[in-house]
Amino acid sequence: MDPLEIARWQFGVTTVYHFLFVPITIGLSFLVAGFQTAWVRTEDEKWLRLTRLYGKLFLINFAMGVVTGIVQEFQFGMNWSSYSRFVGDIFGAPLAIEGLLAFFLESTFLGLWIFGWDRLPRRIHLATIWVAAIGTVLSAYFILAANSFMQNPVGFRFNPARGRAELTDFGAVLTSDTTLAAFFHTVSGCFLTGGGLVAGVAVWHLVRRKHTDDASIAAFRSAARAGAVTTLAAIVALFVSGDVLGKVMTTHQPMKMAAAEALYRTEAPASFSIFTIGSLDGKHEVFAIKLPHLLSFLATGTWDGRVQGINDLQAQYAAAYGPGSYMPIIPVAYWGFRAMIGAGVLAALVALWLLWATRRGRSPRSRWLLAGAVALPLLPLAANSFGWIFTEMARQPWVVNFHLRTAAGVSPGVSGGEVLTSLIAFTLLYGLLAVVEVKLLLKYAGGPLPDADPPERQRDPDAPPSLVY
Amino acid sequence: MELTTLWFVIIAVLWIGYFVLEGFDFGVGMLLPVVGRGPDAEARRRVMINTIGPVWDGNEVWLIVAGGATFAAFPEWYATLFSGFYLPLLLILLALIGRGVAFEYRGTRDDPRWRARWDAVIVAGSLLPAVLWGVAFGNIVRGVRIDAQHEYAGTFFDLLNPYALVGGLTTLALFVTHGAVFLGLKTAGDVRTAARAALRWAAPAAVVLAVVFLGWTLLRQGDAVSWATGAVAAVALLGGLAAARAGRDGWAFTGLAVAIGFAVITLFVALFPDVMPSTIDPAYSLTTTNAASTPYTLRIMSWVAVVFTPIVLIYQGWTYWVFRRRLTAGQAGSSATI
Repeated sequence: MDPLEIARWQFGVTTVYHFLFVPITIGLSFLVAGFQTAWVRTEDEKWLRLTRLYGKLFLINFAMGVVTGIVQEFQFGMNWSSYSRFVGDIFGAPLAIEGLLAFFLESTFLGLWIFGWDRLPRRIHLATIWVAAIGTVLSAYFILAANSFMQNPVGFRFNPARGRAELTDFGAVLTSDTTLAAFFHTVSGCFLTGGGLVAGVAVWHLVRRKHTDDASIAAFRSAARAGAVTTLAAIVALFVSGDVLGKVMTTHQPMKMAAAEALYRTEAPASFSIFTIGSLDGKHEVFAIKLPHLLSFLATGTWDGRVQGINDLQAQYAAAYGPGSYMPIIPVAYWGFRAMIGAGVLAALVALWLLWATRRGRSPRSRWLLAGAVALPLLPLAANSFGWIFTEMARQPWVVNFHLRTAAGVSPGVSGGEVLTSLIAFTLLYGLLAVVEVKLLLKYAGGPLPDADPPERQRDPDAPPSLVY
Repeated sequence: MELTTLWFVIIAVLWIGYFVLEGFDFGVGMLLPVVGRGPDAEARRRVMINTIGPVWDGNEVWLIVAGGATFAAFPEWYATLFSGFYLPLLLILLALIGRGVAFEYRGTRDDPRWRARWDAVIVAGSLLPAVLWGVAFGNIVRGVRIDAQHEYAGTFFDLLNPYALVGGLTTLALFVTHGAVFLGLKTAGDVRTAARAALRWAAPAAVVLAVVFLGWTLLRQGDAVSWATGAVAAVALLGGLAAARAGRDGWAFTGLAVAIGFAVITLFVALFPDVMPSTIDPAYSLTTTNAASTPYTLRIMSWVAVVFTPIVLIYQGWTYWVFRRRLTAGQAGSSATI
């Protein structure tokens, strides 16, 4: 059994799974903080009830994000020890800083937020959720700086004596164009996810009318609009940042851009492919629908720019790095790219529809919107997953672009059986937890809006506390 | 001080933080069926879980940071350790995942069978890492089969040697005791009484095992400093337990925290300047120098650690202050706020 393939599958399974929870955590933390701020400022109880409803969903989801995150950190060493030895001098630093700056902040202040409703003054309690939210974004920044080094290694030199990459400029790693563009793009995706979830749950309640009191309907209408506006703002940010990221990617990873477009021959000007079918060996296109000049613009910023094709790049790399294939799996790259954009755009269209349906005090009753309620939380999650599958798989065969092949990164001392054991164990456990998680989310998302009795602050430290678990 | 030595110390500090803090929440988890029983078992268990509710997650971050810091400062150590101790770490991960979600999930459905199932996960998820971390550290200090390429060349069963197993039982007994002392400090009424009763068997076991394990360590590879720190650990443990008997809960908890902290220090002092000795050939051992990152990386990380560690300690300390009062089973009926 080849540990390499199994280790890659494990990384894919655990990472995609982990990244279902992360964007919900990041997006939802800010929306919940926003709701609570609205309550503190306006004293309107609907905001407190929304804070509690979405806060509960946020917490159920946060627990999963934390525990699956530990696996992410550990598996670099467990399955990819040669990779860890090669990049540790650079890659370890943002990981450690992420823990020290972000994870402590998130976990500690969330603990204060959950248990502190009756222990802390109102404004300090509000501050705790904002601090936790800021922690989630800090965490995103440092882990994306680490990932961006794999896409676009900068600020280092290769030390042949030690056989490893060594950091020479940490600032360059933290501020590379890839880091900044990926951060902007990923965080926008998180807001798309958070907004979609908030809007989806709210519109479900609006249409189903199981809880028909006016106060609940007014609250859900506000949540639906807040979620929809967040989703639409996020899609604009995603297009802007995606455009920047596309150009950055063309510069540093031209093969990835070519694979994303299934562009086999270098073209100037290059057309954007809406739909392409390649030959079975993946080397030639058979049929395609294209928009002329668009790819040139996306990749280079000019309408006639030259975009390099897969075949030319393959020949170049074979000359530079030795014989072998330097092509990722083209259909995965091509369709992953399109599925990401498609799912995101679709989510935004549903949000637009929802905004229209709730205009000027309207409270929609159309059963069609129930489909929208299901789609709004799920489409962004799909877009996130396809985006990561694209960006990681279209980097292959490299794990650190142009410097270390994925095949050279795997742990030499770990057997295929061991990796397979852990792949099976994680897959089974994650599958089981997914069932529990979805049931719980549905239970709380579909339940009535929580009560609004504002928390009384206990100034006496020996007063009976409220138990949370 | 050399930067590599400083980072050896920082990583020791992170593990001390992890074992002192997560040690008691592992202990509370393992004591769930012991202290949380009787006609008001559910009320007791809720109180127990709520004593660690606001902090267990933050406690676990000490592990994540210890792992990340090892990756950043000693990549060779991180790579050898994590790929070498594959199956124990896999078990620890599975246990921590199960335990973490169990805390969140057990209360979400009012059904005794549902709760019993998650309680079993909490107990197993606390017990397994409590043992395995001791086993892992026993092996790190004792040394394992590391070849010239710094790869682990032993098997899973090599890790289950008598010395490391005693290490595992020691952490197990220490954490159960630490958890019982913590419950004594954080609760009142029946839970506190039951937790103190658990000390009657947990405390002697912890003392015997800690003395055997630390004594064995020191006889193998002790020097003057590690003998001194080992003695501090033993005195703190005995002092803490005496305070617990006398009902001085704060001092008892301090004693246990100091004992666990100095036990970790003793192991790290015995280990230094190696970070993972090789039993094949001392020349293959991983040391603070040959496993380290470049001085440039270490310098950056030192600044980050020096600035942010005190901040973390301040706000984590503040959390403990905010939630300083005792909980009793009589209050368990009061409403959940979120």
